[in-house]
Amino acid sequence: MAVELKTWKELPIGGVIPGGATPELNKTGSWRSKRPVWDAEKCIHCLMCWLHCPDNCFYTENQKITGIDYDHCKGCGVCAGVCPVNAIEMVPEGGE
Amino acid sequence: MQKTVVGYRKAMTGHKAVAEAMRQIEPDVVAVYPITPQSEIAEYYAEYVHNGVVRTELVPVESEHSAMSACVGAAAAGARVMTATASQGLALMVEVVYIAAGLRLPIVMALANRSLSAPINIHCDHSDAYLARDSGAIQIFAESAQEAYDYMIIAQKLAEDKRVRLPVLVNLDGFTLTHTLQVVELLPDEAVKGFVGEFEPIHPLLDVDNPSTWGAFAMPDYYFELKRAQQAGMEAAPEAFLEVQKAFSELSGRAYRGFFEAYRLEDAERAIVVMGSTAGTAKVVVDELRERGEKVGLLKVWLWRPFVREELVKLLGHLEAVAVLDRALSFGNMGALFLDVTSAFVHEDKRPVFVNYIYGLGGRDVTTDQIKRVYEELKGARPSHELRYLGLRE
Repeated sequence: MAVELKTWKELPIGGVIPGGATPELNKTGSWRSKRPVWDAEKCIHCLMCWLHCPDNCFYTENQKITGIDYDHCKGCGVCAGVCPVNAIEMVPEGGE
Repeated sequence: MQKTVVGYRKAMTGHKAVAEAMRQIEPDVVAVYPITPQSEIAEYYAEYVHNGVVRTELVPVESEHSAMSACVGAAAAGARVMTATASQGLALMVEVVYIAAGLRLPIVMALANRSLSAPINIHCDHSDAYLARDSGAIQIFAESAQEAYDYMIIAQKLAEDKRVRLPVLVNLDGFTLTHTLQVVELLPDEAVKGFVGEFEPIHPLLDVDNPSTWGAFAMPDYYFELKRAQQAGMEAAPEAFLEVQKAFSELSGRAYRGFFEAYRLEDAERAIVVMGSTAGTAKVVVDELRERGEKVGLLKVWLWRPFVREELVKLLGHLEAVAVLDRALSFGNMGALFLDVTSAFVHEDKRPVFVNYIYGLGGRDVTTDQIKRVYEELKGARPSHELRYLGLRE
C-alpha cells in the first residue's frame, strides 16, 4: 500500500502525536509470517488465548471466542501454545 | 549599562546562587538526587519547599536516572521542570537526557562540573559536560556564581522558546564555583518571574480534552525526519539565545553580549580559549601581561552547544596564535573544544596557529603561572597536533 510520508518540516515537535495514536489506524498484521487458525468445533472457550495474546487480537462475545483480528495479529503463536485442546493451528502465510 | 530593576547584592556560594534562581523561577516540579558537588543545590531547594517559600512539587527520587525520568514525565504533562546534578549523576542520567532532547522538553539543569570515575574523584573538570555533548541539550558555561545565577534564568527562557524547546545544562565548576563565596547581585523575585513568564506547554498530557501520544515508536521511515527536526531546535537556539541574553542584560544591567565573551581581543596577537571559572584566572594574567605591553586576549565560551562558528571566526580570525584549553580528555583525539574551534576555521584562508592544552583534570589547580606559560609558549607557536598537558608532572 502506498503511504504518503511527511517531510521533517511537517512533523509535530518532539514526535508527539496530537489527538493520540491508536493501533486502529495502524494495521500491523502484515508483519506476520504464520497465522493462527481457530477451530470453533474444538474450542472450549477457556479464554486462555484471549488472556495471553499480547496484542488483544481475540474477539469475544458473552465470554466466548468468536474470531481473530488479523489486522493486528503478528503471528507470535502464544495462543496456539497455551490452548489446552489444540484448537489453534499456526499456518504459514502466503501458502494458500 | 542602564538597568530596569534594582537588584540586591549578597555574598553567597554558587550553590546558593543557583538555588536562588530556581526559587525565583519557582518551577512546578523539581526532581533531584544529591551528589557532590551539587548536593547543596538540592538541599537549599528542599528547604524552600519545606518552609513553604515555593509551591514546587519536590520529587526526592532514588537515582539520577529517576530524576531525569520524573522530569521528562512532568514536563510532558505540562509542568515547568528543573533539576541539578554532577559527574556520575549525569552519567546515570544521560540516557534520559537524550530522551528529553528528543521529546523537545525544556528542562533546565545546573551541572556542578566534576570529573568522571575512574579513578573516583569529586573535584572539577568538564568530563561530565563532555559526556552530554551530543545529547541534544543546549550547554552554557558560567565563569562565576553571578553568571551561574544569571544563566539559570536565561536558560529557562531559552529552553521554553517555541523555536527551541530543548533541555539546557548550565555548567558551573564544582567546588571552585559551587562552594566558594562570591558577591552575587540577585534580581527582585517579581522581576525574575516577569522575565521568565508563564510556561506554555505544547500538547501537554494533562490536557485530557485534547489527548496526545508521547514517546511513540519511530521506524526507519520516520526516525531520520524526527532527528532532523530536533536539529532545527538547535539551529534556532543561537538567535533565541541572543534575544534572551539581550533582554536579560537590559533588565539586570549586566552586559552579556554574544555566544562568547571577548576579553581584550581586538588588537590581540595571542589568545586563550577556555570555558568556566578558569576564564577568571586567565583574565588576571591577560591584564598583567597587557601592562607589560604584550598583546594578549581571552575568548570565553558561554554557549558551547550549539557552537556558533561564525562569531568565533570573527573574534579570533585576526590572531597569530590561539591556545584552546580543554578541561577533559576526549580519549583518542584532540580535546573536544579544540576540535570545535579549529573546525570553525577549516574553510578560512587566514587563520591563527592553534595549539591544544589539557588542564585541570580531577580538580588540579590552574595557576596564573601556568596560564602565563601558555601565553609564553604561544610566541612563535607552530601548527601542531601535539596534545599539551598543563600542570601535569611529566
